[in-house]
Amino acid sequence: MILPDLSNTSVGRPIAHDSSLKHATGEAIYIDDIRLPSETLHLAVGGAKRVCGSIEKIDLAAVRSAPGVIDVFCAQDLPGHNDVSPSGRGDDPILAQKTVRFDGEPVFAVVASSHRAARAAAALGVVTLSESEPILTIDDALAEQSFVSEEQVMTRGNAARALADSPHTLEGIIRCGGQDHFYLEGQISVAVPQEDGDMLIYCSTQHPSEIQDHLAKVLGTPAHAVTVEVRRMGGGFGGKESQACQWAALAAVAAQRNQLPVKCRLDRDDDMKLTGKRHDFRFDWRLGHDAEGRILSVDCDMASRCGCSLDLSDPINDRAMFHLDNAYFFPAVAIRSKRCFTNTVSNTAFRGFGGPQGMLAGERMIEAVARATGLDPLTVRKRNFYSPDNRNITPYHMTIEDFVLDDIVEALETSSDYWNRRELIQQENNKNPVTRRGLALTPVKFGISFTATWFNQAGALLHIYKDGSVHLNHGGTEMGQGLFTKVAQVVATALGLPIEQIKISATRTDKVPNTSATAASSGADLNAMAARNAAIVLKKRLSSFAARHFKIDAESLRFEDGKIDLGDQSISFSKLVELAYMNRVQLSATGFYRTPKIHYDRKNAKGRPFYYFAYGAAVSEVAVDTLTGENRVLRVDILHDVGRSLNPAIDLGQIEGGFIQGMGWLTTEELWWDSQGAIRTHAPSTYKIPSCTDKPQKINVNLWADGENVEQTIHRSKAVGEPPLMLAISVHQALSDAVSSVSAYQHAPALDAPATPEALLNAIQIERARARHPEKEAT
Amino acid sequence: MSHSRSSFHCLIGNNPIALETFDPHLTLLDFLRLEKNLTGTKEGCAEGDCGACTVLVGRLREGEVEYQAVNACIAPLASADGTQILTVEHISVPKPHPVQQKIAEHHGSQCGFCTPGIVMSLVGLHEACADGRAVADPTSINDALAGNLCRCTGYTPIIAAAMAACKTPRPPQSESLRQSAESILPTWEQAHTHLELQTQNGGYFAPKNLRRLWEIKTNFPNAQLVAGATDVGLWVNKAHQTFTQIVDINHIEELRKIERRASCLTIGASVTLAEGLKPMAEISSDLDVLLRRFGSAQVRSKATFGGNIANGSPIGDLAPALIALNATLRLANPSGKRDLDLENFFIDYGQQDLGPDEVVESISIPLPSAAHFYCWKISKRFDQDISALSGAFAFNISDGIISSARIVFGGMASTPSRAIECEKALVDQPVSPDTFSTAAAALDGDFSPISDMRASATYRTLAARGLLQKCMQRLENRNPGSLYSFPAEVNDLA
Repeated sequence: MILPDLSNTSVGRPIAHDSSLKHATGEAIYIDDIRLPSETLHLAVGGAKRVCGSIEKIDLAAVRSAPGVIDVFCAQDLPGHNDVSPSGRGDDPILAQKTVRFDGEPVFAVVASSHRAARAAAALGVVTLSESEPILTIDDALAEQSFVSEEQVMTRGNAARALADSPHTLEGIIRCGGQDHFYLEGQISVAVPQEDGDMLIYCSTQHPSEIQDHLAKVLGTPAHAVTVEVRRMGGGFGGKESQACQWAALAAVAAQRNQLPVKCRLDRDDDMKLTGKRHDFRFDWRLGHDAEGRILSVDCDMASRCGCSLDLSDPINDRAMFHLDNAYFFPAVAIRSKRCFTNTVSNTAFRGFGGPQGMLAGERMIEAVARATGLDPLTVRKRNFYSPDNRNITPYHMTIEDFVLDDIVEALETSSDYWNRRELIQQENNKNPVTRRGLALTPVKFGISFTATWFNQAGALLHIYKDGSVHLNHGGTEMGQGLFTKVAQVVATALGLPIEQIKISATRTDKVPNTSATAASSGADLNAMAARNAAIVLKKRLSSFAARHFKIDAESLRFEDGKIDLGDQSISFSKLVELAYMNRVQLSATGFYRTPKIHYDRKNAKGRPFYYFAYGAAVSEVAVDTLTGENRVLRVDILHDVGRSLNPAIDLGQIEGGFIQGMGWLTTEELWWDSQGAIRTHAPSTYKIPSCTDKPQKINVNLWADGENVEQTIHRSKAVGEPPLMLAISVHQALSDAVSSVSAYQHAPALDAPATPEALLNAIQIERARARHPEKEAT
Repeated sequence: MSHSRSSFHCLIGNNPIALETFDPHLTLLDFLRLEKNLTGTKEGCAEGDCGACTVLVGRLREGEVEYQAVNACIAPLASADGTQILTVEHISVPKPHPVQQKIAEHHGSQCGFCTPGIVMSLVGLHEACADGRAVADPTSINDALAGNLCRCTGYTPIIAAAMAACKTPRPPQSESLRQSAESILPTWEQAHTHLELQTQNGGYFAPKNLRRLWEIKTNFPNAQLVAGATDVGLWVNKAHQTFTQIVDINHIEELRKIERRASCLTIGASVTLAEGLKPMAEISSDLDVLLRRFGSAQVRSKATFGGNIANGSPIGDLAPALIALNATLRLANPSGKRDLDLENFFIDYGQQDLGPDEVVESISIPLPSAAHFYCWKISKRFDQDISALSGAFAFNISDGIISSARIVFGGMASTPSRAIECEKALVDQPVSPDTFSTAAAALDGDFSPISDMRASATYRTLAARGLLQKCMQRLENRNPGSLYSFPAEVNDLA
């Protein structure tokens, strides 16, 4: 897209990520690049070669005698708590003590003189289990009634009665797979012992405060003895929210035992085997609708694979429930959500946090209504949109006050030429029996805020030094999303300074305490607001000092372009700062922010869990080879609402990148466990994230020009981290549209996600059978 | 005549280095990061699949340096003997390379961890463009980046940056690095020496002729032969394997030849996929597509024809096509040579007709090939993926009747195998839907494929039948179309 004019304030300008050139030259320092003393030790973990059971014997003789090995320890050697569960429940041991719950679960740690020596030694451990029968899948877990937590129920109206009263009903099952984060930088921590038994941890984490809290308990020290620092991550995507802690804890314990720096960097295979992924889901749905395609009632049972512990599964599954409706009004609704315990690695946060799964199911339901009524899916979507009056209450009883999808979709229909292309594609499909094309427009409405209300707080620390340079610190972490750049822009604008005058610094728990995870798309909403509050405090101090000093009205002062306008003269910011210092004005401030308005009664599933919603829509066109199921995305048009953009370049990057990541989840990225319960897709050779050629041949991404948050967010912007991922549901729906063409658009194909060539060919086979025997309903 | 040399030498940027003792298992990546503190180059997967560790390796070709992108994570340091290694640091001074500048300007990095590898792949393309060996367009950029995964950007800004950067001339640092190489590499080449490193961690030999190879093999019968190390590198990194002796066969003259005669094309075992791409593409445009999808640029610059055959993988990309083309292997041992039809080389899973004292010397493809030759690879992802299955088909037709058919599949059995029953159902039959539907059914008699993470048995069977359908359509001159050839209104990559 054409980026907007550069305004003279820093906020709103499409400036480059603060590290962009350092990324390109290799100067940006990631944790594995930090220069450490040559005596630094390296840690690797080992476990059983079986999936689950109670630990009978641990034979580590060969490990201890392997070359380079310095130290080996097990659960009983840990000095404090053996738990890093984010829920505080105690079900995420650092090292398994009595039972092994999934393939590869760490039982012992090896500390050696090199990364290679540690890994090679770890492979020599023999852990004998008294094996038990694993529960591996959602279906297994449902059959065994095996859950990690209580079922949640969300209702509005009487769904059963409304279903019974509906003139038409439909039902179906949709499954969607999980997703590995595949951040390019794997999990890594370095622990460096300090005096007084303190510990400094460099950790690639989205949640430094949680690492600090857990490590204090693990090491048996107060939290003030543990400092966590992270300058940048090589990607996070939710995978470093709770999942970084185990490796930080192991490094810290080893550093404490050996009184030397210890690095724990997971090899890619270990990373993919031993850390959680996006939850896979099963949805069993029933709905009632009228002849015009309006939904009258929805009744849905959802179940997800949570793996062997609770981790963040409760809020993730809650968010799936919150997003089943996507952009659509359900006059009556009942959603029940089961959280399955399985003997697989504990699943965790991943961009969208359950939202994408719920939304995908909602969109599949819409397609079913479209095929049943013979209407275009877009028509059905629009007819079911939330609207003012009586169609604006969500299944969790929140009133929608900021719905903008009518305008976004109308603009996108025109810019993408949806209806003409719809006609053209149908004509082409009639001519070409082998290669079928599909088209779909899907909207996104995504709720912004942590649904656990107390997480919606943030802090910042701002120093102005005597030369007028500004040091910025806040509780948010940088994982590539451009948060540090956006917050610096906000501070620069608040103080009327060029952005170069603001020093971006690493996130540290000793600068800003008690922070929330950089997650839930909240990074800029929370931290930029906290930093702005700190900047306003400093600006007020400087203003009132200047007013006293120059004997003018404080209200008339303007901070702009590094200068302060004093009326008939101006003074440079640095000169004012110098004067302020000499006059003993405090030049350091903290800032704090908490999101207003939100509240949620989880027990009754009622409230306002979200401050506002982010909106967008995408049109995807695909081609499918009906002989092999191979496919390609030909064109994508996106219109997305980021409110008033803090940085259009960074926002575009989040939209394009999130879209492709979502496309990967729904197409090529397939997690595959063997019948024993061992994951076999644990490296890029077997787990296929999109590569360059998979990029849509043509992709038009635009920010919605009329976007403006109705709520008082930071400069009226909107969160952008997660919502665009769900725009990729349009790819899945377009693939389904192409398959549906095989049976003349009479049926909603049985197309689960990911839509691999195999899944597509299976769905095509079913539609072929339906086309041959239209009177008989194929299964 | 080549003399042995016990000291490894290469250029790291402009700096010549010489090493007498180092662990022959040491990877180029660990050497750069751990010993040279060149930490711009990253480890993303340690198996050559993500490209975060991409560096450029410069070699002399007819007196000029040619750079190729290589995955440093699986390349033994010793394999870089006599070359110039360029990392992201070397091309950043005195000021950033145009590729680096354009990546930053176009917002082509987010988390930045893949960026150094992407930069180096694109600098490789930039060099080729400056030499006139390549033109920057969406296809060449996709080819150059197929081995570089980015999880953040979705690639669009990277492609835009690549287009912009490749329009600029070589910056001064590239000229200077090139000059260093062109002054030093020839002196090393003209010394006619080959590396024979003996260390406490084992030996590394890089003989230049078969005679010396036989001597080494006689002295060290358990020596591990290594060509591109795109497989052996994984044994070292992932399975912690060590070898007492490693024999690098990349420099053996007899294995390095490409000979194009009227009656056959012969490709030496140590010829890389990158080097063999052009003569293979001349045989068939399908082979061109197949080879471009073989691994990635980084893999093709190292992986060899002999390696892909000799490791006996049931899913190697070359074998089905070569068997369909009636290729023969020449095997050599100290006492002589023997020729063997490639299809007979593969005995069973992990078992090939290759004696302990033998090596694959070359592969010969008789010419002209069958009148109609088609091949396809099917995988979850288009680029840099391992086939779920692949099929290669060679037909001769006379008067509408199929006079010969060689149908070969990979991924359908424990070895790349001909579909004999299917062939029988086709030969002497007319090109017709009935013939091909009988032939498709006959595949059930040929194969009982397995289910694994790449595909289920059912899918493999269905897709194999689908490929036969495509053959029929092409024989009937009804091109079934490709997902990659759509009209301009959607195919607009500008």
